[in-house]
Amino acid sequence: MALRELSSLEKYLGLKKPNKYSTQGDKKVPVLQNNNGPPLLGLATIACHLVKEAKRPELLGDTAENRAVVQQWLEYRVTRLDSCTKEDIKIILKDLNLYLQDKVYLAGNQFTVADTLVYYGIHPLMVDLAVQEKEQYVNVTRWFDHIQHYPGVRHHLPPVVVLRNRIYTSRHH
Amino acid sequence: MKLFVSEGNPHCLKVLAALEVTGVQCSVQYVNHEEKVVPFLSRPVLPALLLPSGLHLFSSNAICRYLFEVSGQESSELCNQWLEWEATDLQPALLQALHMAVLQGKGSEVSKVLQGPLKFLDQSLTKGGKPYLNGDTVSLADLVLWAALYPVLSDSSLALGEHKSVNSWFDRVASIHSCLSAAQKVLQGKGLQGMKSYMQRQPAPQSNQCRDTQPCNSNPAEGEEGERDFSEEEMEAAALTWSKGLSTSPVVTDRQHPILPQEGKRNILVTSALPYVNNVPHLGNIIGCVLSADVFSRYGRLRDWNLLFVCGTDEYGTATENKAREEGLTPQLICDKYHAVHSSIYKWFQIDFDFFGRTTTEKQTEIAQNIFWRLHKNGFLVEDTVEQLRCENCQRFLADRFVEGICPHCKYPEARGDQCDKCGRLINAVELREPQCKVCRQTPVIRSSKHLFLDLPKLETQLEQWLEKSTSTGDWTANAKQITRSWLRDGLKPRCITRDLLWGTPVPHPDFKEKVFYVWFDAPIGYLSITANYTDKWEKWWKNPHQVELYNFMAKDNVPFHSVVFPCSLLGAQDNYTLVNHLVATEYLNYEDTKFSKSRGVGVFGDMAKDTGIPADVWRFYLLYVRPEGQDSAFSWADMALKNNSELLNNLGNFINRAGMFVAKFFEGCVPVMELQQEDKRLLALVGWELQQYIQLMDKVKIRDALKHILNISRHGNQYIQVNEPWKKIKGGDTERQRAGTVTGVSVNIACLLSVMLMPYMPAVSQTIRDQLNAPQSCVNTMLQGTGTFVCSLCAGHRIGTVSPLFQKLEADQIEALKKRFGGQQKTPQSTASPQPAAVPATAAADEVAMVNGVDPEKAKQLTQAVAEQGDKVRALKAQKAEKAVITAEVAKLLDLKKQLALAEGKSPEPAPQKGKKK
Repeated sequence: MALRELSSLEKYLGLKKPNKYSTQGDKKVPVLQNNNGPPLLGLATIACHLVKEAKRPELLGDTAENRAVVQQWLEYRVTRLDSCTKEDIKIILKDLNLYLQDKVYLAGNQFTVADTLVYYGIHPLMVDLAVQEKEQYVNVTRWFDHIQHYPGVRHHLPPVVVLRNRIYTSRHH
Repeated sequence: MKLFVSEGNPHCLKVLAALEVTGVQCSVQYVNHEEKVVPFLSRPVLPALLLPSGLHLFSSNAICRYLFEVSGQESSELCNQWLEWEATDLQPALLQALHMAVLQGKGSEVSKVLQGPLKFLDQSLTKGGKPYLNGDTVSLADLVLWAALYPVLSDSSLALGEHKSVNSWFDRVASIHSCLSAAQKVLQGKGLQGMKSYMQRQPAPQSNQCRDTQPCNSNPAEGEEGERDFSEEEMEAAALTWSKGLSTSPVVTDRQHPILPQEGKRNILVTSALPYVNNVPHLGNIIGCVLSADVFSRYGRLRDWNLLFVCGTDEYGTATENKAREEGLTPQLICDKYHAVHSSIYKWFQIDFDFFGRTTTEKQTEIAQNIFWRLHKNGFLVEDTVEQLRCENCQRFLADRFVEGICPHCKYPEARGDQCDKCGRLINAVELREPQCKVCRQTPVIRSSKHLFLDLPKLETQLEQWLEKSTSTGDWTANAKQITRSWLRDGLKPRCITRDLLWGTPVPHPDFKEKVFYVWFDAPIGYLSITANYTDKWEKWWKNPHQVELYNFMAKDNVPFHSVVFPCSLLGAQDNYTLVNHLVATEYLNYEDTKFSKSRGVGVFGDMAKDTGIPADVWRFYLLYVRPEGQDSAFSWADMALKNNSELLNNLGNFINRAGMFVAKFFEGCVPVMELQQEDKRLLALVGWELQQYIQLMDKVKIRDALKHILNISRHGNQYIQVNEPWKKIKGGDTERQRAGTVTGVSVNIACLLSVMLMPYMPAVSQTIRDQLNAPQSCVNTMLQGTGTFVCSLCAGHRIGTVSPLFQKLEADQIEALKKRFGGQQKTPQSTASPQPAAVPATAAADEVAMVNGVDPEKAKQLTQAVAEQGDKVRALKAQKAEKAVITAEVAKLLDLKKQLALAEGKSPEPAPQKGKKK
């Protein structure tokens, strides 16, 4: 999974030469074989490295605050999202929904690598949602739909259908 | 900027140390553990940093990182890596360790939990050969890891063992004054016990909490099933079952019609929602109702349930009446024509109804009127007057679709009397602006008309009692329960059951002579009347709730009529009717990235599927593979090709074909002797387990999920062949040849099991497999009994038939061509103002496709002539400056002719006459 994400990220960043990856341990933590130094370990770490390699520092956040916010959501991705239980899912979606209420992207008004990785990580959760749940988490759904249609992001993942007209609020008479 | 921390919280140690080391100016507020500081998180999380922008950081590592950055120290990649490792690997272990040490008093066992991460850290430090993680100077990573480990490493009682490099590194960092002072602030010198109140509020750690993160929409079958472990006993049990062979019970005989409930059997009545007659069903309709019901019925028959599956076309209503007028036929003729279209489509899809009837029969009138009189007698009908539009010219009330006008909401000029096609809002016909009679184009007047209403509020209590019981004991899908609940929550209102129309079941009450029943009241009664047309003893099914279990299959838009309205009719009739026990509703199937739409002609329709050259079984497979079970899903050509090539061809077909070919090539067509080893028994146990899962899911009508287990079995089988390489072993010595024989024999028996499990999904392929294997008929009714028994049904010496490939590859160019052929006009944006007509799906290539309905070159020729003549006539009238009304009438004729011509040519006529009936 993580390797496919990284290769999608490489494509999004327009990196010409694909890097070499392997995985380590039961959790299949991705490892980047680096020519100029020791190998890099961990999805978030490698993702930040790729962004730097592509000379797109704005994707890591344009201010110190935003850089911290980006790192926070990357960590959230590899901790909360990647090991969530069934019970966690509802809390995660609820929290994110509230967080995204007044934001376009995870770091406010700017698209960052955090959006990409959280999108990849939350995709399996979104796929499992019924229509009424997608409506319940309307801000997450909006953000998710936005990111999956962000040029060049989706790559290896199937699109999740989001209905634009609400079904469950109106009465059926 | 403000930092919120709490005492005894180990995460706060990090941020306080970072604050002191960096010297950043920031006020610190101590709060208690339960304080909710971060507004968007449901659980209280500390530490938290309120940034100048008003945003909150809630991750201690992100806070540290921020403090370091504003003090001018950016973190390196190596530093990132340590922080990520700390969060993903070290923290879960620490949480568990602290839980054990602080709350469970198992300090001595902590070292087990922490051994892994400590060893990793130790090795990295040793290998680096530097005093700190990042080199010669202390960095963010040192600080974060040190603070994280402080509680456990500072407590010597935990006996964490000798980690030389870690220990000296730890002491080195501890010598920085700010670090120890932060530790003092958080733990108050109480050591581990200082964290007790914090730890008590944390959820208990789960040692192995990874969730399967495989996305499951598009590929339910590709989930990496972890290696399942089986005990000795389980494997032996599987081998024992296997050795029992086929049961000697009599072979399932062909169905004897009429099927009637039998004492001592599970009596199952299956209905699928009645398709409306003059709409050609699209793939979404097919998977939503008839195909799902068919798979379940076929499965039920294999399970030896006594099962009856009925369906039919719903034929009354304005849509048919309009259609008839357009085509210049009587409504009955229209129904006959389209009923045949439906029949042939379902036949092609191999929908195995016990009876496929229709609603325009005498039985329908008889039963509907009977229910009506009972409701009347029991006081569940109320009378009320309704304001309606009436056309004085045509001498009739204009129901629903007999009137058009300007939408009062969006000003769309061709809104119908019940709904606007553009904005989708429901309309009360009297609200239409500038209404026109659809037949004569005159302006109608408002008149009041008396109607009968079913008194739903009066039946509400009874309904709720029944629902409570039915939904708790039966298998209702989640959406069915949810939709039903929302109807009840909104409160029930009386519903009008009569209509001023001709084409319907006549209302028998003398005061309502000119009226017919409204379709929503009438149509579900079709289930009963269709059964009555199948057998005179229909009441044994429909007035027998104690012996019969009723399954209703439908798409979710139909739920309220089956869960609320129709049950109310039956409850109010008080005649011991069989009410639905299991309501199975699918979500919607989308077409590529848009919706199937009858009115806009988007999507593949039932009659076109066969013109694609793709076999019906493959269509069935793919539709069932993407069955919108629990969530919406989408039909996609590319995905269909992919699933055909990867699942059917490379997985399922490949396995079955290889198993058969080995028998044919290496063993002269006779199943070889099998001597089971541990590995084979393990496979038997695994396959047996998948079979049981399949049965459990199918019993609960989880049709899509069950399919996954079929594909798993062939995946296991392919792996088994791949590992054992019978094609190599056959060339070896006796032992090796024997092994090749066992592997081949087990594989071909798995193929036989697969043919049985596939039967509900792909009936033709299933039969082909059994023909190729020359499998005994009794294998069909042995293996799906009880919880599922995988037996050896092709014993040593059994001669198989001729083996040949089951599936064909779908090539990319072939799929591209199909996509184009069926996709041309379908890219109409959703907002297009002029919707296209209903019954004839508008496809760009309609003239290439031999359409069953509508297309008629001969008629088209005549109509072309007629259009030309009528055109001349209109021009002549205009030239003569004839009366406006006369010209308008002739123009209307001309337009009508053009419409008919378009239909005959299979094109989409411009102005929309109608849309699929909204029940």
